[in-house]
Amino acid sequence: MGDTSDTQRNTGQPLMAGNAITMADVEAWFVAEVLPLESALMQFLQHNWRNEADIADLRQDVYERVCEAAHESIPDHTKAFLFKTARNLLVDRVRRSQVVPIDVTSDFDALGLAFDAPGPENTTIARDELRRLQGALDRLPPRSRQAVVLGRIEGLSGKEIAARMGVTESTVSIHLANGIRALVNAVYGVPEKSAKKP
Amino acid sequence: MTSDPVIPTPMALEAEAAHWLQRRHFWAWSEADQSELDTWLAQSAAHRVAYWRLKAGFERSSRLTALDAGASFGRPSLPAQTSRFRFFMGLAAASLALAAILGVSTLPLAPQTEGQLYETQVGGRQTIVLTDGSKIDLNTGTAVRVKGRSAQVLRGEAFFQITHDEARPFVVTADNHRIIDLGTKFSVRTGKAGLEVALIEGRARIEAPHTSARSAVLNPGDVALATATKISVSRKSQQDLSGELGWRRGVLVFHNTRLEAAATEFNRYNRRKLIIADSAAARLTIGATFPTDDIEAFARTAKNVFGLRVENRGDDIVISH
Repeated sequence: MGDTSDTQRNTGQPLMAGNAITMADVEAWFVAEVLPLESALMQFLQHNWRNEADIADLRQDVYERVCEAAHESIPDHTKAFLFKTARNLLVDRVRRSQVVPIDVTSDFDALGLAFDAPGPENTTIARDELRRLQGALDRLPPRSRQAVVLGRIEGLSGKEIAARMGVTESTVSIHLANGIRALVNAVYGVPEKSAKKP
Repeated sequence: MTSDPVIPTPMALEAEAAHWLQRRHFWAWSEADQSELDTWLAQSAAHRVAYWRLKAGFERSSRLTALDAGASFGRPSLPAQTSRFRFFMGLAAASLALAAILGVSTLPLAPQTEGQLYETQVGGRQTIVLTDGSKIDLNTGTAVRVKGRSAQVLRGEAFFQITHDEARPFVVTADNHRIIDLGTKFSVRTGKAGLEVALIEGRARIEAPHTSARSAVLNPGDVALATATKISVSRKSQQDLSGELGWRRGVLVFHNTRLEAAATEFNRYNRRKLIIADSAAARLTIGATFPTDDIEAFARTAKNVFGLRVENRGDDIVISH
């Protein structure tokens, strides 16, 4: 048993032994294992990076890096890998910038480990998520909110929404796109200030 | 877009990804659109990551359908003051005209003991067609006695589509009140909270027992709630009303409905009862459509969407935190 798994490990592709990793594989892994860690990742980044305006950008960079790596080999330990990548990214950024931000703390490792603490129960998470969604919906500008309600809750198509609201289809597109962003950021628990448009 | 080679910021990327997602989700989507999206995704990991993140998050937002969307959306409704004002104004204008036409006070108020009795069991539904072409739909656990141009709702809920005859108005009695048809579709529901009359089409008048002084003329969208001491009228949107009449299609439609109230509705239709065991769970609100007999679907929603605990206890289903 032990021998077998060691051998597999040595191939460098423990999960996908023998098969090329497709984009769909990476997507499936990213959605199932990385995205659920988003709010922990955001906390980590916020804790360790002073400039709030960079956070969404940093998150995007971390995701790109882990997905590029996953295309070579799906990591065994997603959480450890994600936070290691985030830490390396912050270190790179600090090195590249002339000025070192004052409160980039040196205890990345300690912080990274803290996220292994047991999370709240699933039920609490589900309810929190629902509450955040409701909040995001409430805060949308009225026209966006109406478009989202008609589309997402009442199940109308874009065309039907345009007819119902008496606006052009491209206007509906914009409202829906803005609504999607707000809802998705609420799902992941991204605080308003780092989710807002620049 | 400028022609400068700009490194896209994550915000711009997110906006672009959101644009793709809404296009794919809400608009006609062809093979050509799909290959255009595939090309965009293949361009960079940045595109893929931004799109996957939004797509997965948006799928999770489907639980929004269980949200209290009505409250956020601002459905058309008149403030209580206004509708009461309308009701008195309407009353003042209408009752003179009507008294002349109908001679209301001669209509019988005593409980009918003759005529044909129609009844449905819990979970049942029945449509009665009268000889004059009028139709009555009986909802679950309902009893209606019909005689000529009058009907009495003894219990439960019924929907009336009346063939209007000015010379012989159709009169429905329920909980001692009279509802007089003026060319109408309306529903009548009896219950602990009082008698509820919702007017869908045409006009009707509801009168309190013994006195035509306390009465209200109902227009489409008006819902009257009559108790022993007063009649209050509020206004509901067409959408809400058609939701309330979902039972005629065999469905329950919830909109911003507390779980407690939703369970009570279900329990009207089923022998197996839903019990919401604690007040925190009872206060959650839901917006969804269920077949009236699919108590299991409701329990699944409570479990999967709200993360509540669902237990079978004997014949009942108990839902708690």
